[in-house]
Amino acid sequence: MAICIPVITKENYPLYICSIPTENELKFQYMVHTSLDVVDEKISSMGKALVNQRELYLGLLYPTEDYKVLQGYATISKVKFFMVVNSSNTALQDNEIHRMFWKLHNSYIDVMCNPFCNSRDFDNMVMYIMIQVC
Amino acid sequence: MSPTQWDFPVELCCRPMAFVTLTGLDVVYNAVHRAVWDAFCANRRADRVPISFKVLPGDHEYPKCRPKRTSYEWYIPKGILKTGWMNKHLNLVPALVVVFYELDWDEPQWKEKQSECATRVEIVRQSLQGRNTKVAVVLIQKKTPLPPGEDVIASERAAALCNACELSGKSLFVLPHTDHLVGYIIRLENAFYEHAQTYYYTEIRRVKSHKEFLNKTTHQLLFVRHQFKIGFFSELKQDTQNALKNYRTAYNLVHELRAHETNILEIKTMAGFINYKICRLCFQHNTPLDAIAQFRKHIDLCKKKIGSAELSFEHAAWMSKQFQAFGDLFDEAIKLGLTAIQTQNPGFYYQQAAYYAQERKQLAKTLCNHEASVMYPNPDPLETQTGVLDFYGQRSWRQGILSFDLSDPEKEKVGILAIQLKERNVVHSEVILSLLSNAVAQFKKYKCPRMKSHLMVQMGEEYYYAKDYTKALKLLDYVMCDYRSEGWWTLLTSILTTALKCSYLMAQLKDYVTYSLELLGRASTLKDDQKSRIEKNLINVLMNESPDPEPDCDILAVKTAQKLWADRISLAGSNIFTIGVQDFVPFVQCKAKFHAPSFHVDVPVQFDIYLKADCPHPIRFSKLCVSFNNQEYNQFCVIEEASKANEVLENLTQGKMCLVPGKTRKLLFKFVAKTEDVGKKIEITSVDLALGNETGRCVVLNWQGGGGDAASSQEALQAARSFKRRPKLPDNEVHWDSIIIQASTMIISRVPNISVHLQHEPPALTNEMYCLVVTVQSHEKTQIRDVKLTAGLKPGQDANLTQKTHVTLHGTELCDESYPALLTDIPVGDLHPGEQLEKMLYVRCGTVGSRMFLVYVSYLINTTVEEKEIVCKCHKDETVTIETVFPFDVAVKFVSTKFEHLERVYADIPFLLMTDLLSASPWALTIVSSELQLAPSMTTVDQLESQVDNGEKFMKLPSKNVCLVYVIAWTSAMENIPVITTVITLPHVIVENIPLHVNADLPSFGRVRESLPVKYHLQNKTDLVQDVEISVEPSDAFMFSGLKQIRLRILPGTEQEMLYNFYPLMAGYQQLPSLNINLLRFPNFTNQLLRRFIPTSIFVKVNCPSGMLLTCQKFYN
Repeated sequence: MAICIPVITKENYPLYICSIPTENELKFQYMVHTSLDVVDEKISSMGKALVNQRELYLGLLYPTEDYKVLQGYATISKVKFFMVVNSSNTALQDNEIHRMFWKLHNSYIDVMCNPFCNSRDFDNMVMYIMIQVC
Repeated sequence: MSPTQWDFPVELCCRPMAFVTLTGLDVVYNAVHRAVWDAFCANRRADRVPISFKVLPGDHEYPKCRPKRTSYEWYIPKGILKTGWMNKHLNLVPALVVVFYELDWDEPQWKEKQSECATRVEIVRQSLQGRNTKVAVVLIQKKTPLPPGEDVIASERAAALCNACELSGKSLFVLPHTDHLVGYIIRLENAFYEHAQTYYYTEIRRVKSHKEFLNKTTHQLLFVRHQFKIGFFSELKQDTQNALKNYRTAYNLVHELRAHETNILEIKTMAGFINYKICRLCFQHNTPLDAIAQFRKHIDLCKKKIGSAELSFEHAAWMSKQFQAFGDLFDEAIKLGLTAIQTQNPGFYYQQAAYYAQERKQLAKTLCNHEASVMYPNPDPLETQTGVLDFYGQRSWRQGILSFDLSDPEKEKVGILAIQLKERNVVHSEVILSLLSNAVAQFKKYKCPRMKSHLMVQMGEEYYYAKDYTKALKLLDYVMCDYRSEGWWTLLTSILTTALKCSYLMAQLKDYVTYSLELLGRASTLKDDQKSRIEKNLINVLMNESPDPEPDCDILAVKTAQKLWADRISLAGSNIFTIGVQDFVPFVQCKAKFHAPSFHVDVPVQFDIYLKADCPHPIRFSKLCVSFNNQEYNQFCVIEEASKANEVLENLTQGKMCLVPGKTRKLLFKFVAKTEDVGKKIEITSVDLALGNETGRCVVLNWQGGGGDAASSQEALQAARSFKRRPKLPDNEVHWDSIIIQASTMIISRVPNISVHLQHEPPALTNEMYCLVVTVQSHEKTQIRDVKLTAGLKPGQDANLTQKTHVTLHGTELCDESYPALLTDIPVGDLHPGEQLEKMLYVRCGTVGSRMFLVYVSYLINTTVEEKEIVCKCHKDETVTIETVFPFDVAVKFVSTKFEHLERVYADIPFLLMTDLLSASPWALTIVSSELQLAPSMTTVDQLESQVDNGEKFMKLPSKNVCLVYVIAWTSAMENIPVITTVITLPHVIVENIPLHVNADLPSFGRVRESLPVKYHLQNKTDLVQDVEISVEPSDAFMFSGLKQIRLRILPGTEQEMLYNFYPLMAGYQQLPSLNINLLRFPNFTNQLLRRFIPTSIFVKVNCPSGMLLTCQKFYN
């Protein structure tokens, strides 16, 4: 089960954070915040020329020893999506997470640009993913 | 149990080196021996063989060798690895014992010496009974030995000595004590090294040989022990590849052991040791990925093996140590040249070690919270007879007991209690902090600023738990701004909450207030009840009272803090704190906005200060003052309310000094700008808002510029991006986000109330004194003074224009180059209301084209603003664009004396110049005179005078390419205007030479049957003698006499006359008999050219009374 799904802006401040209320939200925020180091480095190391071709899915960000795995995804406009997933869940395939990010991205674009979408649609998508990714 | 119980033993962490003991050296009293020993131990660099030397007396007792076991059948091991084993082989049992003995080959008492040496060797052998340790003899000699084979005595005696000492020839060495000591020593130690390697090889073989006797049921522990020993001996042999292989096998075997609560610590301890060895060797082999993989495997296998729940803090401590040790190994490898990356560096391992250390602390806190009355058990169950354990990782109260059943549960309980009570004394914070600071240093190196901040927060929190509030505050304060600038409010709030506790406990007034301000603000994610508690405390502090303690603080610390706060109240001294808000997010927001980007000086400057409070309860401020870049205005922009301290809480919702949460409060300020500031910018440099009272405590919030704090810019960005519809508000309220800070305004001069009118008649003619009439009329209500006029070419145009434009006030005389292009500050005097004045301005433009002219009128006027008399300087300007054109079009024609158009003229041959003047001016022009200025090479044929009516000139040109200049003096129709001369350069004309010029003298008409004399003048224009053929063609209309055909020569420069008498036969316009001239030297000279100079026909009159004329005409018709 995805435990926490944050959306971080280009300027690296949190735009949206959804996490399972029972868990320690503060810890997730620290985790996501620290992983921005890696994301920044990954994005900047790819260089400007490759921006258009680059893979949006950043994969596993930190080699966390405990039971959480942090996956990252950055759009071309440098809006970042993260997913904190329970690492005990080994059945989860990379491409499956990739697909979830893609869905999340589309939903984000809709809520940003589509006047017929509202933030509730995005909430629903996030909830759907949190249940799906398990 | 020492606090370092979890540290790995030194013998595990060091690099194993072959152990060689040197005997028979007296390093204290014998200088030679001392030098030998120094040569062995000094300068042991990497290029020397890895041996650890020790000097021991010859009769040293080496550890006894236990008798060899012949069968393992009944042997049950008591543990995996003895605690003394590694040290024994590193430092106690040598691979080689070297006996040093002073003996020269030519020793006179050879026999005695030989037997003494043999005795010494024998003593060593006795002590090493049962071991495979090698023995070698080194003879220290005073003489340099001869090359091998040459010294017969030496070889004989060497053989005898070997025999006596039961040594092989390979174990006898000679060390001449000469200049090249170090060289000999290096050769010696290389030989020792070989012996040592042989020894360790045999040891490995010996351990391996035990294997076949072992069985899997009872000797599981021995499998691990033997494998570990082989690995260790391989390391001593410097065979790291095999060592690694054996350690890996040992590691797998250790996990095959049956684990139970009673032996789990032993298994983990050994697994940790072997893992350490493997990782160390992997890094040494430069295969860091193998090391990391091994470590991860190790952690995965071990992290669930917690063991006894009552001692679970031991597991956390063990885990922490594993990570720390790996971090150390990793870091060491980096120092030796390995490169780490952002996502894989020692920092993560230190961080994880710190995490487990924190967990250890938590577990210890819950497991070791015994009552104070619980006494440490006596006798101490952790005490052993020898002071150390026999085997690594066993419990002291049940050493060597392999049974999984607890034989004595009571003893076990006492043991656990002892460990728990010991754990209580451990200073966990120290451990955690040192690990965290290690991690911080690593993350700093590998570009992880956020990770670093996070760890620093943890350090700060740990310092808080350790009650070192000063350090905690320092660290937290340092990282706060990182979280603030990136807008992670939840994290910031959490940090601030801790910081507030620290500042409360230390009674740090300013920090306490600052953190409270921010925790009440919009950046804080605290719940409202928390916020109102903090606000209450803040108000208490402002009223010089003690705040309530923060929740979840240590009770003892709170007591101390309360005392401190009580002291603060009685303490005199400055109770006013100024806090700059640009670095944090306080609960009051401020925005300053000038009503307009610019103000006229005769209008009061107005601006609004918007304030908004985000705290849960209304708050009252005592003073608001605004500072400007010109400090003289500060005094006008202060709001102050004299209120007593106890009124802070009263009348909260009333008055403009009160801020209601969520409501925007607008305060209007107004002042009159100084006239000196016209053209200058007035800027709000800061806004100060005082909370509390100066008699109590007062906090001044200081906004730089027109407001805004650490979060404002980000919020502005967010607001700009968002297209959320804002709810409608009542008319007198505004949305906070829609207020845009305008912190500066320009003071501009008063609007002029005069009219400036320009009158002129375009276009201007080149060089003309063009007249511009400026009319200034005052529409002011009062008299205006000091009217000044600035007029002329508008600055900033083409530089050439400035030089070709001249302005003057006097039109009667032509102005020259010395006149300026712009006349400045011409005083005009005063003007009464409605009065009008006129000024003539003359402009002379030297070139054609359009120019911008500027007329600028300035004046002073007295006026009143807000009952204040000020003198304003006003000005008005007008610009006008004037086109300048050339006054005439001049056309020129060259014609021959026969009025034929000439493409070119001929030297010395007269021609005519005809000029046509066409006026381009829309106004009538009077041409006063015109003049042709001739080049010196030109002469006129007749008198040249000013010819205004017709412009025909006869002239002769002697040479080629002549420039002519035509000068016209003219004036426009206006009076009093000076005459202007315009110089026109006429087009070029090509002048050519001709070889022969012919002109004819003949009367203007002839009469029928009357003689008509014609004289042709032939002039040779060349420097050559000309051969000329002349013929005259007969004509029907004439008879003639003279030479019909002749050939003659004309000398250079001379003239030949040819005289003909024509006799006209017919009346009318008749062709003359044509004269053909042929120049032999100039075939180009044709008759066509000739025809230009001489007439071809003549009018012949009838020689009869006038009545006949009609008849004649009829006849000819």
